[in-house]
Amino acid sequence: MTPKTKPPDAFSPGQTPTFEVSARESLRDAQLRRNLGKATQTIRRKRTVAVEEMPDWEELREAGRALKERTLRHLDKYLLQLEESVTRAGGVVHWARDADEANRIIAGIAREKGAEEVVKVKSIATDETKLNEHLEAQGIHAFETDLAELIIQLAGENSSHILVPAIHKNRAEIRELFLRELDVEELSDEPKDLTNAARLYLRKKFLGAKVGISGANFAVAETGTVSVVESEGNGRMCTTLPPVLVTLMGIEKIIPAWRDFEIFMQLLPRSSTAERMNPYTSFWTGVSGEAGDGPQEFHLVLLDNGRTDVLADEIGRQTLNCIRCSACLNVCPVYERTGGHAYNSVYPGPIGAILTPQLVGIGKPGSDSLPYASSLCGACYQVCPVKINIPEVLVHLRGKVVRHKQDKGTLRQKLDPENAAMQAMARTFSDPKLYERAQRLARVGQLPFARGGRITSLPGRLAGWTAVRDLKPIPEQSFREWWKEERG
Amino acid sequence: MANMRVALFITCFNDTLFPETGRATVGVLERLGHEVVFPEAQTCCGQMHFNTGYQREAIPLVRRFVEIFEPYDAVVAPSGSCVGMVRDLYPMAADLAEDDDLARRIEDLAPKVFELSEFLVKRLGVTDVGAYYPHRVTYHPTCHSLRMLKVGEAPLELLRNVRGMDLVELGEAEQCCGFGGTFAVKNAETSAAMLGDKIRRVLDTEAEVCAAGDNSCLMHIGGGLRRLQAGVDTVHLAEILHSTEER
Amino acid sequence: MATAKETILWRVRRATRDVPEGERPEDVRVERGYRKEGDGARDDIVARFAEHVAEYEATVHRVAEDGLPARIAQILQKRGLEILVVPPLLPEAWIPEGVEVLRDAAGPRLTNEELDEAGGVLTGCALGIAQTGTIVLDAGPGQGRRALTLLPDYHLCVVREEQVVDLVPEAFAKLEETVRGEGRAVTFISGPSATSDIELNRVEGVHGPRALEVLIVG
Repeated sequence: MTPKTKPPDAFSPGQTPTFEVSARESLRDAQLRRNLGKATQTIRRKRTVAVEEMPDWEELREAGRALKERTLRHLDKYLLQLEESVTRAGGVVHWARDADEANRIIAGIAREKGAEEVVKVKSIATDETKLNEHLEAQGIHAFETDLAELIIQLAGENSSHILVPAIHKNRAEIRELFLRELDVEELSDEPKDLTNAARLYLRKKFLGAKVGISGANFAVAETGTVSVVESEGNGRMCTTLPPVLVTLMGIEKIIPAWRDFEIFMQLLPRSSTAERMNPYTSFWTGVSGEAGDGPQEFHLVLLDNGRTDVLADEIGRQTLNCIRCSACLNVCPVYERTGGHAYNSVYPGPIGAILTPQLVGIGKPGSDSLPYASSLCGACYQVCPVKINIPEVLVHLRGKVVRHKQDKGTLRQKLDPENAAMQAMARTFSDPKLYERAQRLARVGQLPFARGGRITSLPGRLAGWTAVRDLKPIPEQSFREWWKEERG
Repeated sequence: MANMRVALFITCFNDTLFPETGRATVGVLERLGHEVVFPEAQTCCGQMHFNTGYQREAIPLVRRFVEIFEPYDAVVAPSGSCVGMVRDLYPMAADLAEDDDLARRIEDLAPKVFELSEFLVKRLGVTDVGAYYPHRVTYHPTCHSLRMLKVGEAPLELLRNVRGMDLVELGEAEQCCGFGGTFAVKNAETSAAMLGDKIRRVLDTEAEVCAAGDNSCLMHIGGGLRRLQAGVDTVHLAEILHSTEER
Repeated sequence: MATAKETILWRVRRATRDVPEGERPEDVRVERGYRKEGDGARDDIVARFAEHVAEYEATVHRVAEDGLPARIAQILQKRGLEILVVPPLLPEAWIPEGVEVLRDAAGPRLTNEELDEAGGVLTGCALGIAQTGTIVLDAGPGQGRRALTLLPDYHLCVVREEQVVDLVPEAFAKLEETVRGEGRAVTFISGPSATSDIELNRVEGVHGPRALEVLIVG
């Protein structure tokens, strides 16, 4: 397999295009639209069934939210407790301020073990840090073992969904890719055959790997137990077979106690794959020592990389509740049409639209456009198993983006016509006399555009509206004029 | 329910573009025996500014709104979206202004501000307003009435009691139409893609009229329908409820 | 220079300055209003367990205690299994004649290659969860280390009726002692390995055992 370079995203150096620009490309792709529409509609229906089966779903959501709030408000204590528990259980804890530090720690461990290949179970945190690229540069090849991750790794593409990274690809496209990259002679486009081809290809890698790399869904401060929630068994392979296991986790993934799993292991599977329970969940506590069960060496890398900035924002903080279920993607009408690539981030969809700009910081045109990639319809908040009020955070971040432009932006940003128009309108709305005059002026101003009772073409920034819709002209009499006339 | 004095929060959008919706709202409330007043100092609740990120600019508008409407026992608007702004986002505006007094006043005012259908059904307990509307109608539940205000079945209960009307269910009704305020301009292509699917669902119903509780969404859906010469009208819920056999 | 640990902790504390000085974690209220224990009858719980396991495309059998060894032998024979992996402390009576048995033991452990080539594994379990159709392994007696139930392509698991709990919280309560004490690894298994990565079509059998068969005894 030849290593392919993935396109840059919000976490790569340099700039990314805005959502509007990238979405345009995705929207034109009929195949993608069909793949996405079919997939999201299916999973939405299934999730509804899985959730309706639970009479105490709302109580679970509230408990999950509250527990995350407790954890985040006292994160320093829980981090120290986790370090102590993992160490007591025979593991080694590392701290990484940023992506680069995390990558150096992990590459250092792999090099020390003389590993030229490592096996990896799907971890978005490692996508965020660009670990694979870092390892490759040091001559260490990382094999992605989750089927969808393998597909996009072979294709040299970015993930387009948190849970199903290759959701944008259909079976025919995957068949072609496997024929080309996996050295197989014959292959049908049946998902079963495609899956089997991946199984055979990866089995050898699992048995030979000296180092396994994983992310973590949860880590328990009280016991040091780390867990990986998965379906295919590649997570079990990576966390069990290689003699050395390295787990990278964001510092927000902590839960206080073992018993707290009773909440999250009910919320997560039903919200993500719409199953009562996912096929496999591994819970391990350090190393097993003499029992010889699993790796002899376990390293846990705790990653900040912007998370403490999210924590510092009292409204944004709830973003760190996220358990990466992807329910918000599946219900999002924007995501359903544009897919994940338009977000130019390893975290796409509604959660990505609030997490990405907070992690990388406000002031970058690409990620600053993400809070605007929403009609604020609120479907995401309704399904979020840990009650992240995504619309609220979106609006909050829009405020931060605008204030950043106004206060710290370039001269061009300050002279932005949108800014000027908004200022003028705010002044107009603050005085009924100005407001009434503006209503009259607008009625006159529209005359050049109104034809036969409709407006079909507007200039400048408003042209987007009339590209596909007519605009109703402003009527002769406003409501307040009528009121004054009739009741005044 | 004793007769009430109701302050009409017309919203700048309806005031300027859809005065007929305002007249219908007044008409329905008066027909039910309530007194409607129109505080003429009102302009805009600040939603467009706030949701687009111009939040410092919205704060004076929030203050104005609170001052103008806090004397009333009930404030009613024919818009789920603008009511949602007051109830859900005004507290955030007060936080941003670091104004505790404003926050307290918002807390008092917010529960008294209603969207029309929730006011009729939940506050007044009325589900039959004596309307007559002999058309085939489908109803689009707008996102903010549905998910911010949680008006639930209220609009449908009202519509089911309208005589002469053939109410047909809209497929994937709860999906957003793609309006989203400035979203429709900033992300015009994505908005259009969402609109396309909504229009397809509307046409599937073979209705003559698509109704909703927000003229903003209706202007977007209606603009698309008219561009396609689809022959389907968009009408605000208030206008249907105001319609009787006599007029 | 500050270490990464010091820096991160400092950042966390600065970020949570809004939290009052004297607030303890337990001061943040967590309302646990969800169900902790089911109230169903024993028979219903076991029946629900069987039903939910079967919905994951696992094969489920119910058998009386005295018929268990014969049933195991019959199932393995029908499958044509030649090499069977057996964990330490599995009841001897369960192990049928006529198959080659590979015993994992503390001394000479089976290699991953041996496990990979074996056709199947026979184990007991720690618990079953009716609500979700989940089998829980905790590396205890008759279950063995994790690789044993991972590399062979077929897993036959014996669950005793009294091991089945109704709801998920009951399972975590029962496992607490094992995790806090010995820190043994716990694995939740809900059906055979599966993926929905291709067009969200579920395919059973990816990297873990492609077939799961469950014997409920009682």
